[in-house]
Amino acid sequence: MQNKFIVLSLIACLIIAGTSCEKTIPGAPEDDQILDGPIEGLTPEQNRIFLNGDVAFNGDVFSAANGLGPMFVANSCGSCHAGDGKGHPFTTLTRFGQSDTLGNKFLMQGGPQLQNRAIPGYQPEKIPAGATFSNFTPPANTGLGFFEAISDATIMAMADVNDANGDGISGRPNWITIPQYSELRPGTIVRNGKYIGRFGKKAAVYDLLQQTANAYNQDMGITSTYEHFSTYKNQDIEPEISNQKVLDVVFYLKTLKAPVQRDQNNPDVISGKQVFLNISCGKCHTPQLQTEPSSIAALSNKTFAPYTDFLLHDLGPALDDKYTEGTALTPEWRTPALWGLGLSKNSQGGEYHLLHDGRAKSIEQAVLMHGGEAEQSKNKFQQLPSSEKTKLLKFLESL
Amino acid sequence: MKKPITLLLVILLVKTGFAQIDPDLLRSPDRDSTRIKLNMDAVYDRPFLQAAKLPVALGGYAEANYQYLGTDGITEGHQFQMRRLTLFVSSSIAKRIKFLSELEFEDGTKEINIEFASVDFEFNPLLNLRGGIVMNPIGAFNQNHDGPKWEFVDRPISATQMLPATWSNVGFGVFGKKYLKNWVYAYEAYLTNGFDETIISNSENRTFLPASKANRDRFEESFNGAPLLTGKVALRNTKIGELGLSYMGGIYNKFQDDGLILDDKRRLNVFAIDFNTVLPKINTFINAEWAWVNVDIPETYTEQFGTKQQGGFIDLVQPIIKKPLFGFERAVLNAAIRLEYVDWNKGIFSSTGGNISDHIYSVVPALSFRPTPQTVIRLNYRYNWQTDLLGNPAAKLAGFQFGVSTYF
Repeated sequence: MQNKFIVLSLIACLIIAGTSCEKTIPGAPEDDQILDGPIEGLTPEQNRIFLNGDVAFNGDVFSAANGLGPMFVANSCGSCHAGDGKGHPFTTLTRFGQSDTLGNKFLMQGGPQLQNRAIPGYQPEKIPAGATFSNFTPPANTGLGFFEAISDATIMAMADVNDANGDGISGRPNWITIPQYSELRPGTIVRNGKYIGRFGKKAAVYDLLQQTANAYNQDMGITSTYEHFSTYKNQDIEPEISNQKVLDVVFYLKTLKAPVQRDQNNPDVISGKQVFLNISCGKCHTPQLQTEPSSIAALSNKTFAPYTDFLLHDLGPALDDKYTEGTALTPEWRTPALWGLGLSKNSQGGEYHLLHDGRAKSIEQAVLMHGGEAEQSKNKFQQLPSSEKTKLLKFLESL
Repeated sequence: MKKPITLLLVILLVKTGFAQIDPDLLRSPDRDSTRIKLNMDAVYDRPFLQAAKLPVALGGYAEANYQYLGTDGITEGHQFQMRRLTLFVSSSIAKRIKFLSELEFEDGTKEINIEFASVDFEFNPLLNLRGGIVMNPIGAFNQNHDGPKWEFVDRPISATQMLPATWSNVGFGVFGKKYLKNWVYAYEAYLTNGFDETIISNSENRTFLPASKANRDRFEESFNGAPLLTGKVALRNTKIGELGLSYMGGIYNKFQDDGLILDDKRRLNVFAIDFNTVLPKINTFINAEWAWVNVDIPETYTEQFGTKQQGGFIDLVQPIIKKPLFGFERAVLNAAIRLEYVDWNKGIFSSTGGNISDHIYSVVPALSFRPTPQTVIRLNYRYNWQTDLLGNPAAKLAGFQFGVSTYF
């Protein structure tokens, strides 16, 4: 009798285990709670390339054996962009050597990027005497394909170089020199041999291929056919990574989904957005943009909400590190996208590290550190009744 | 033409038949693999098959399992795995000279390792010399790792993902035991080849002692010429249980080559404590191990690689039914649970002063059925919470595992 009971119990256990497999594993987080994952509508072929890029981005770890360094900032892409979100000060990088629009005078002394770590037996780089510098916390990767898919004309349409409308805000693009390997977008606008940059804290990067090849080279000390200069030897060396891998990562970055806003129907969030617009935050943090036709159909003609205008704005002396890139002035910064802002803590170790170098530890602090062209908006924010302020912050956290 | 061939085949078959060993001559002592003696005895505390008076005995064990695990909604689906097939060969060369070897095939033939192959010379119970490929006695699991002894499909995370079980090296050492009434005192000390720089330069992106297992050259030459010292003292009371304290340490990096200085000498030190007992009356078996790892890493390297690690596990195994079942005279049904924790990077970020995470908690409730002491059928449910370096929300892994493991 007991044997039968044991047999039946064991069979029951096995049946329960076997038939409820899906229910025994932890559920996936809601789509609006995470930043990683592909955009909707990729083809099976594109899904494969996305997965290859995902493995390279989040799985590849470089060591001395496969090319790391010898001097470096991080040893994998994922080290700086956990969950494809904003980075932690632990992998904040330092750029140095350029203090005006005439270019970087410290290129032959290791500029523009400091490799502050080194594999055992080697010494890391140090900032040369006399060089100004700025620290950059890694940005989120989400929705970068949408950034790539807007036109230069769209960016130019938001510019107001001479503040013609007299609102105190005068966004302008960063005109940069681009690498030979960058492929020009349809409708690219050229001015005196320079192009509009749209990636990076200073908008000094033209496209995701430049961003990726540079990150391998400058952050990890990995050479490719695109960026073949060794940061250690300061001369050409063999590629340490294949073109295929670089292109897979570029595709991965292009096809990461846009962050999904949470609590969109919450009345406070809706009111908060109105406050955001009322105090003119939306003049730089543009709420809505439209992509152009793209070779990736899922990115074509899409309306998206990045809350950036891709333009440079003077944010005042407090945020002026006396370092710059391209034709940006030292107090000028490209408007950072606000989408995904509320999820930043989940990739920054549970705390906010906002603004270009992570100095702001809350959204409110970040707002209050704005100056220059944003001075008026900051003042309006300070004068808001606390209920309005709360709603505005709630809206920003929902992004 | 057919007739001579048939005749030849018959002769061959008959001769082969005569050449086979009479099964009656094979002796397979019925050992209870669940009753652990001292952990250091584990290599000999295994069932062997011996043919008549031949001095060589054979044995081994196999482990296979099925699992369905998933992390945050993503699963690899149904997985069937042949985790291990291990063969033992032992020989009594003379009355007090023994040879024992353990050859392991992991994941089919993905990894083939000689885990143990040493000659033991007994001069005195307190003084034995061991030489060859030895299992470094750090903690208890490294030496006492045979699958059929455990109620869990997976090996402990701290033993395999922080400590490098199964960790073997070429070297020599001494060991001995002293019995005093209800007490046994024992020691072991070995000098062997050691670790290498892959422990801080690997694809795991963390300080990872098991990375050195990939260096096959360690059975032929030391990476840096500096020996690894492993030592352990253990005592056991027949009524209380066994307590072990162990240490493993040495220089892991290549500090010079061809007489040229390449780097400072950098050490790693590992301390471990292990304990096991059976509670009287209720017969609950408790087995626990905890270890601390300390690695000297250049300050200019990345904080991704921790200088301090710690972790361990505790197994509680409760026999529920212990009686003849289904025709198995010594059948036992156990309920068990394993609690695990590993922190791969104990420290703080220099940039923020915040805690570095990179840790895992795990709970594994289990049911195991032992038709004989040497064979186990086990059903586990695993739940892990793993936090990345930065302390972001934990990734949750869970699912069922079912497996069998048996000595043969």
